[in-house]
Amino acid sequence: MIDRRLIQNFDWLLLLLTFAIMTVGLVTLYSALFSGGEVRSTVVTRQLYWLGTGALVMILAFSIDHQWFERFAYPAYVIGLVLLLAVLIFGKTVSGSKRWLDLGLVVAQPSELMKPLLVIALARFFARQEKKGGYRLRELWLPALMVILPVALIAMEPDLGTAALLLAISVSVILFVGVRLSSIMVLGGFALGSLPLFWFLMKGYQRQRILTLLDPGRDPLGAGYHIIQSKIAVGSGKFWGKGFLEGTQGQLRFIPEHHTDFIFTVLAEEWGFVGSMLLLALFLCFLLRGLNVARRSRDQFGTLLAFGITAIVFWHVAINVAMVLGMLPVVGIPLPLVSYGGSSAVVTLASVGILMNVAMRKFVFQK
Amino acid sequence: MIGPLSTSSLNGERLRFQVVVYLVVSVFVVLLLRLWFLQIIKGESYRNLSENNRIRLEDVPPTRGIIYDRHGRILVDNRPAFKLALVPADVSDLEQTLGKLGRLLKVEKPLLEEKVKSAPRGAPFRPILLNRDMDRDQVAAVETHRFNLPGVMVQIEPRRSYEMPSFAAHLIGYLGEIEEAQLKERRHQGYKLGDYLGKYGVEMEWEADLKGLRGGRQVEADAAGRQLSILREVSPEPGHNLILTLDTQLQLRAESALEGKAGAIIAMDPTTGDILAMASSPAFDQNQFVRGLTPSEWQAIVDNPLHPLENKAIQGQYPLGSTFKPVVATAALEEALVDPQTTFSCSGEYQLGNQVYRCWRKRGHGQIALYQAVVQSCDIYFYQLGQKLGVDLMSAYAQRYRLGSRTLIRLNNEAGGLVPSAQWKLRRFGVPWQKGEDLVTAIGQGFLLATPIQMGVFYAAIANGGKFLRPRVVLRVEDPDGGVVKNVSPEILGNLNLSPDSITFLQHALEGAVNEPKGTGQAARLRGRLRSIKVAGKTGTAQVVRAPEDEEEDQDESEVPYEFRDHAWFVAYAPAEAAEILVVVLVEHGGHGGSAAAPLARELMEEYFKNRPPVQEAKSGSPSTGPVDELRSSRSGQAGSPAAKLGTGWQQAAGSN
Repeated sequence: MIDRRLIQNFDWLLLLLTFAIMTVGLVTLYSALFSGGEVRSTVVTRQLYWLGTGALVMILAFSIDHQWFERFAYPAYVIGLVLLLAVLIFGKTVSGSKRWLDLGLVVAQPSELMKPLLVIALARFFARQEKKGGYRLRELWLPALMVILPVALIAMEPDLGTAALLLAISVSVILFVGVRLSSIMVLGGFALGSLPLFWFLMKGYQRQRILTLLDPGRDPLGAGYHIIQSKIAVGSGKFWGKGFLEGTQGQLRFIPEHHTDFIFTVLAEEWGFVGSMLLLALFLCFLLRGLNVARRSRDQFGTLLAFGITAIVFWHVAINVAMVLGMLPVVGIPLPLVSYGGSSAVVTLASVGILMNVAMRKFVFQK
Repeated sequence: MIGPLSTSSLNGERLRFQVVVYLVVSVFVVLLLRLWFLQIIKGESYRNLSENNRIRLEDVPPTRGIIYDRHGRILVDNRPAFKLALVPADVSDLEQTLGKLGRLLKVEKPLLEEKVKSAPRGAPFRPILLNRDMDRDQVAAVETHRFNLPGVMVQIEPRRSYEMPSFAAHLIGYLGEIEEAQLKERRHQGYKLGDYLGKYGVEMEWEADLKGLRGGRQVEADAAGRQLSILREVSPEPGHNLILTLDTQLQLRAESALEGKAGAIIAMDPTTGDILAMASSPAFDQNQFVRGLTPSEWQAIVDNPLHPLENKAIQGQYPLGSTFKPVVATAALEEALVDPQTTFSCSGEYQLGNQVYRCWRKRGHGQIALYQAVVQSCDIYFYQLGQKLGVDLMSAYAQRYRLGSRTLIRLNNEAGGLVPSAQWKLRRFGVPWQKGEDLVTAIGQGFLLATPIQMGVFYAAIANGGKFLRPRVVLRVEDPDGGVVKNVSPEILGNLNLSPDSITFLQHALEGAVNEPKGTGQAARLRGRLRSIKVAGKTGTAQVVRAPEDEEEDQDESEVPYEFRDHAWFVAYAPAEAAEILVVVLVEHGGHGGSAAAPLARELMEEYFKNRPPVQEAKSGSPSTGPVDELRSSRSGQAGSPAAKLGTGWQQAAGSN
C-alpha cells in the first residue's frame, strides 16, 4: 500500500506550516492562560492532548486510500446528520444553546465534524456529475438539500455562526464547480430578498450582536464591551507588541473567551503587528498551498476535496480574525489550531490529513 | 466562443484557481490593513487605554421594590450600605494594606486575609469584597485614610431594611445571598454570585416583581483604581412596589398579644380573603438575615424549641379540637341524622364498649339540643353524632370545608393539614379504624390536623355564606411612580354547597357561643362602647398527648408541664350579622380555648373596631369596591329573613333546656 512514490510526494511544506501554526497557537494559549505569575496549565495540557489525538487522526487520514473517502462519503454524511440530530435531542445546554454531545469519554461538537463530512459529500456529488458550461439551478437541488439539512440543524442549536460558516464553505465549493451566471443572479437575489426573513428568525441576542457591530455603544455591557476590549487589546500591541506574557488585556480578564474564540487578541497584544502578520502569513501560505494541492490533483474528487478543505480553513480564519478586529459580529467561530477546543483541533488536523492525502496521491489516481 | 455564461466559463481550471487566489489574498490584505489601522495608526491611543487607563465593567444593582401596608405605610425599604472592596492588582503592599484596614475597621487581620485568599484566583482586577455593610465609624476611618490605601475602594449599594425589626417577619420574609446551587437553576438566570434574593415569605414569592433589573456601567479608572469617568451606563430598573393587605396597627396588636407565647394569630377580611394581620410567635429579626447570621445566632434560632423560623399560621398543623364541631354539626344536619331540635342527654360520660368517653364538663350538660351543644361545646352530643356519621362521612364534610388541602395563600411552605379516613389509617398504620376513633374524631381529636389559615378560610366560608376565598396577601403591585402594574383581585376558589338553613344555623350557633350565658367563647365579647357589635366564634381545646377521657375541666393548667398543655384555639368573626373581620387565634400549649385564645381575639377585634361609631353607620361607611361589594351584598342577602326566623326558634328551644 505504501508506495515509494507516496513518500516522495508527501507534502512536507504543508506539514511544516501546520506545525508552525500549532506552535504559535500553543505559545499564545499558554500566554492567554497565564495570569499573575501562574498558568492554568491543565488547559494547555489538554490542548496538547487534543492536538496529539488530532495528529494521529491526521496520519490515519493521509494513510488510507482516498478512494475510501469517496466510497463512504454519503454514509459518513448521514452519520454526521444523525449526530447533529442527536445533539438537538440529547445535547448538553451551555449558555442557552445545545452544541455539545456527551459521548461518555469525551464531549464533542458534531457541528465541527459536519464541516469536512459535508465537503466530502459535495466533492463526491460533483465529481461524478461533471458538467461543462456550469450547473443550472434545477440541477443543484440535491446538493442544495445536502447543504440545507445540516445548516438548518446547526441553526436550530442555535449556532448561527457555524451555520453561516457551513453555508459559506458550501457556496464556495458550488461556485467553484461552476454555476451559470444567470442562476447565481437568481440565487443572489433570492438570498438578498430573504435577508429580512432571517432577521425575523434571529433570536434577540443574535440581532443585538449585529446591531452592536454597527454601533458598539448600543450594548456597552455585553457584546459592545467585548468588541471594544478586543480592539483595545489588538491596538495596544502596536508594531512590536508588549512581549511574551506581558499583555494586560487578556490576562486581566478584560476579554471573555480569550483562550477560545478571542485568542487572536492575545497574540496581537503580545506580539504586535509583526506577530499578527506572521500568523496571518502562515495561514495564507497554508491556504495557497492547499489551493495548489487542489489544482494539481488529477481527479475531480481530489480537486474538490482539497478545495473544500482549504475553504473550511479560509472561512474560519477570515471570519474569526475579522470578528476579533471588530469587522464582523461576535460569533462562536474558533481560529483553527490556535483556539482552545478539542473537537475543532481534532477535526482540523483530520482535514489537514485529507489534504495531504490528496497531495500524496496526485499522480496515483488518474482516470 | 458562445456558451452559457457561468463561473466555470472562467475558462479552464487555471483561471478559476487564479481568481480564488486573488480573492483569498485580497481578504488577507484587508485583514492586514485593519491590523495596521488598529495597531499602527490608532496603536498609541489604544496602548494608552490599556496601560494608563483601564476600562472596567461595574454592576449597578437595582433598588428592590418597597413594601407598604394597606394604608401606604412603609414596612420594608432600602437604605444605602457602604461596602469595602479591594482590587488586588492596584494594591502595592497587600500585607501592609490589610494591617492598616484591620486597625481602621477594628477587625482581626487574619479575617481579612481569609477573604482575600478565598477570592477566585487569576482575576487581579476583580474587586474582593471585604465588608458589605460598614458602620459610620468604619466608613469615616477608611475615608480619611483613603490616600494611604491604594486599591481600596468604598462603594455604596442599596441594602434591604426592615423598618420595624421582626414585624410580620414570617409574612414579609427576608432576603439572603443567592446560593451556588440556586445559581444553576433556570429560574435564577441573570443572578450573579453575591446577589440577594427573597428567601422567605412575600420577599420570596414576589421576588420577580420586587427584584428589578440590574444595570451596569463601563468605567474608566486609572492605575490606582480611582474612577476617572463613566464611559457608558445602562441604568438599572428599580423593582416594583408591593401594597400588602396587612394593617400595621392590627399586626402590631396581634404580635403584642402573642408576646411570650408560642402560636399564631390571623386577622382576615372574610369577604375578600385579605390578610389584615398574620403573626407567628416567636418571630425573628429579618435584618439579621440580610446582614448575615453569625454561626452562633443561627444555632440559637435552629435550637430554639419553639421554632421561630416556622410560620405557625400556615405551617403549623394542629388538632382542631372543638373548632371542628361545626363540620360535624353540618354533616349531621345535611345527612338528616338530626334536626336542630334533636336532643341528647349528657351526663358527663358516654360509654362505648368497655371504654368511657367524658365530656369536658364533668357534671354534664343534661338534656341538650344541637344549638346548645355547639354553644356549650358538649362533647357527649358530638360523640353520638360521630358514632352515627362514622369517620368517612365526617371526612367528606371536612373536605367540603377544604380541610386537608392548602388554601393556596401566596407564601412559601404552606402545609396542607390532614383529614383521616378509615382507608387512610389502614394504609398508613396497617391497623383498621376503631369505632372509638369515630368519637374522638367528632370532637376534633385524633388524626385530624389543620393549619390556622385553613381554619380562617373554613370559618370565613361560614361567615360569608359559603364562599371559599383564597387568602390574599398582596393588594396590588405598583411601579416606582405609583402607577398600578397589577391588581390582585379577590379570588373565590369554591363554594360550600350546603343548604342555606345549615349555614344560617351555624352562624347563629357561633354567635350563641360568644353571646349566650353558657357559651364557651364569652371572653371574646367586645366591651364598653363596642358592646353592640356582636361577635360569633368557636373555641377549641386541642389535646396534645393526653387521651380525651383524661381531660378534666377544673385542673389548673399551670400544674401541667408546658409541653403537655393543650393548644388553645379560637376562631371568631364580627359583626356576627355582616362579618368584616375574622380572627383565628392559636396558642400552643395555651390551655383552654375559651380562656387562653378568646381574649386575644377580642383584643384584635377591639383594635379593629376602635375608631368605629355604632355598627349601622360603620357598615355603610366601610370602604369596599368591585368584587368586594358583590361578595358583601351576596352575603347579607344570604343572612336574610328565613334564617333569622329559624334562628330565634332554636334559641328559644335552647333556652327551655
